[in-house]
Amino acid sequence: MSILSLRNVQKRYHNHIAVNNVSFDIPEGSIFGLLGPNGAGKTSLIRIITGITGADSGEIIFDGQNINNIRAAQIGYLPEERGLYKKMKVGEQLVYLARLKGLSKRDAKKTIDHWFEKFEITEWWNKKVQELSKGMQQKIQFVATVMHDPKLLILDEPFSGLDPINTNLIKSEIYELNQKGATIVFSTHRMEQVEEICEHIVLINQGQKILEGKVDDVKNEHKENKFKIGFKGGMPSGLTKDSFTVISDDHDELIIQIKPGHKPNELLGELMQKGVNIQSYNEILPSLNEIFINQVKGVSYE
Amino acid sequence: MNNIGIITSREYWTRVKSKTFLLATFLTPIGIVLFMAAIAFIFSRGSDDVKKISVFDPTDLTEESLNTRSNLELTYSDQSLDQLFSDYKEKKINGILEIVPFGEATSTTYKANYHSDDQLALDESMSLENALSRQIRKYKLVSLDIDEETLKTLETDVSIAPQTIESEKKITSMTSIVSGALGAVVSYAMFFIILLYGAQVMRSVMEEKINRIVEVLISSVKPFELMFGKVLGVGLVGLTQIVIWLVLLFGISMIAAPLLGLDPNSMPSPETLGLPPEAAAEVPMEKVNAILAELMSMNWFKILPLIILYFFGGYFTYAALFAAVGSAVGEDINEANSLTLPVMMPLMLAFYVGFAAMRAPDSTMAVWASMMPLFSSIVMPVRLPFDPPMWQIAVSIISMILFMLLLIWIAGKIYRTGILMYGKKASFKELGKWLLYKN
Repeated sequence: MSILSLRNVQKRYHNHIAVNNVSFDIPEGSIFGLLGPNGAGKTSLIRIITGITGADSGEIIFDGQNINNIRAAQIGYLPEERGLYKKMKVGEQLVYLARLKGLSKRDAKKTIDHWFEKFEITEWWNKKVQELSKGMQQKIQFVATVMHDPKLLILDEPFSGLDPINTNLIKSEIYELNQKGATIVFSTHRMEQVEEICEHIVLINQGQKILEGKVDDVKNEHKENKFKIGFKGGMPSGLTKDSFTVISDDHDELIIQIKPGHKPNELLGELMQKGVNIQSYNEILPSLNEIFINQVKGVSYE
Repeated sequence: MNNIGIITSREYWTRVKSKTFLLATFLTPIGIVLFMAAIAFIFSRGSDDVKKISVFDPTDLTEESLNTRSNLELTYSDQSLDQLFSDYKEKKINGILEIVPFGEATSTTYKANYHSDDQLALDESMSLENALSRQIRKYKLVSLDIDEETLKTLETDVSIAPQTIESEKKITSMTSIVSGALGAVVSYAMFFIILLYGAQVMRSVMEEKINRIVEVLISSVKPFELMFGKVLGVGLVGLTQIVIWLVLLFGISMIAAPLLGLDPNSMPSPETLGLPPEAAAEVPMEKVNAILAELMSMNWFKILPLIILYFFGGYFTYAALFAAVGSAVGEDINEANSLTLPVMMPLMLAFYVGFAAMRAPDSTMAVWASMMPLFSSIVMPVRLPFDPPMWQIAVSIISMILFMLLLIWIAGKIYRTGILMYGKKASFKELGKWLLYKN
């Protein structure tokens, strides 16, 4: 079941189309990657989902209902450009933001206390935001995003500006929230993070959806039949090269690409026949980074 | 609606609790009182070095009774001018006032000589001239054989006493003066309050935009709620500040004025300013009483609520515009200037029209301006003490409220697009386009 479904969503600013007829589903309880190069329309799309701007046309279904009826209380949004009132005290500010999300004053205090204890930052309550370092402010912003226990969390570049320790801290919090049932949407162009964290992705470029699916499926769809062969001893000369091309040849490692219409087993059979001492035979799946670059380039050349 | 309440209360309390607010609110009245005391002090002084002046008056025109500023030490001497000059050279005296015999009694000009290398200060020479003038008047009365009493009867204090024909309101000769003064104060205050708090709304909008917190906020609330809550919150801060000021100003002037030596007698009187003594007539108690009676007779139950209504009408109209401007400006506060100009212009114009209306509250311009939105909130309060016809007030209020709603709506449209636009400030053409955006 999907927690969020976009159907033919379109958004146009006077000369250009920011979001062009985009449809996809975000499965409930998943960690979902919203990818795309700079200016692809990610932020526009997120703003439409969070209700900051409205779509020109199309439909967004959240948890079975039109999203216009729900929103604020159920979605947590961490914008890429972080922002807090600099001169307001941390505690007061979070209570204020929580109340705008529909929490009562008491509930807000309780849940903020809980998060502060968790992050061991209880002494920050009466500090002004401007007294905190950037990393500290990020933590506060994260608390502001999750404190009302939203069903859907939208995180735009959540780790930018964080040191490795805090990155891990936030990452484990995100996993924990996901375990408890929250659906996480990640917007980023840092592919290694996506590969590590996300189960599903959608790739947007120039306002259009380019591909969508489970990370493994996407990788399999875009594999290029590359294999890595590890062996001992010499490689026999006179291999029939009808079925593959050699990409690189190290002294005990060969990377090859099987030509279309041939099977990996053909080569394996030939190698075994010739008595090559094979140690490993692995398929190389493309990294998301490669897929991303290929896809984005492909589109812009069209 | 609930969100507007939360936003309003934050905007209100963060401001009211801030140090700047406390300082501005409590120090401004003290500052004003100190300022007034300083002005009184400055005027009461002038040159204070003692100057010794010998008066050489062979004809005894002055009867040895010139009455001047306290820092001028006049001595009447029988010595000859030459002897006095040697006194001057020995630095016993600062100067010599030579009284020249008065010529024809009908002459209307007279010159006395002051011998010294140091100039008299302006107020000193004025004071001497006034004293001389009084003496010459006495001299003329005698030589022209005029009776002082007869002369006094020539002067008549003329005033035109207004008498109403149908209206029940009692009008006295003080009515228009008191009403005018009251109108001026109200229009002045309106102008500054609208400007001050309108600009605060604009700064606050810009701050949220630059901070980027606005994106967090409007993922929770509608942009309109945010704008409206802000305008309302800041407006309430303004109201709070005004109330505190009124109370404080009243309290401080009651308590502190005597302590600071600020009693009406030490205020600049015409005499010390060098005006002819005729103008120095004390403000008689009966005049003070007449002013108070006039103030009491006004229909405050009608005027006060209307003034508050006009304050909110004017404030909301302009604050909405300021909020729209704030949202359209980029990161640089200097860019705001060209966009605030169109907002400032009607405000300034209204201010000047208001001043004109104080003098001629029933002029065609005043009547029309007091019914025109953008102007009415400043001009109509000026006219209120003059008791304008009911229908004009009604037209003025209805048009003001309708226009206010229209402007809030327009500002809301610009605001919700503007706060998400980063980079350079918007042109008016773009602002026009934003109005047409859906959502």
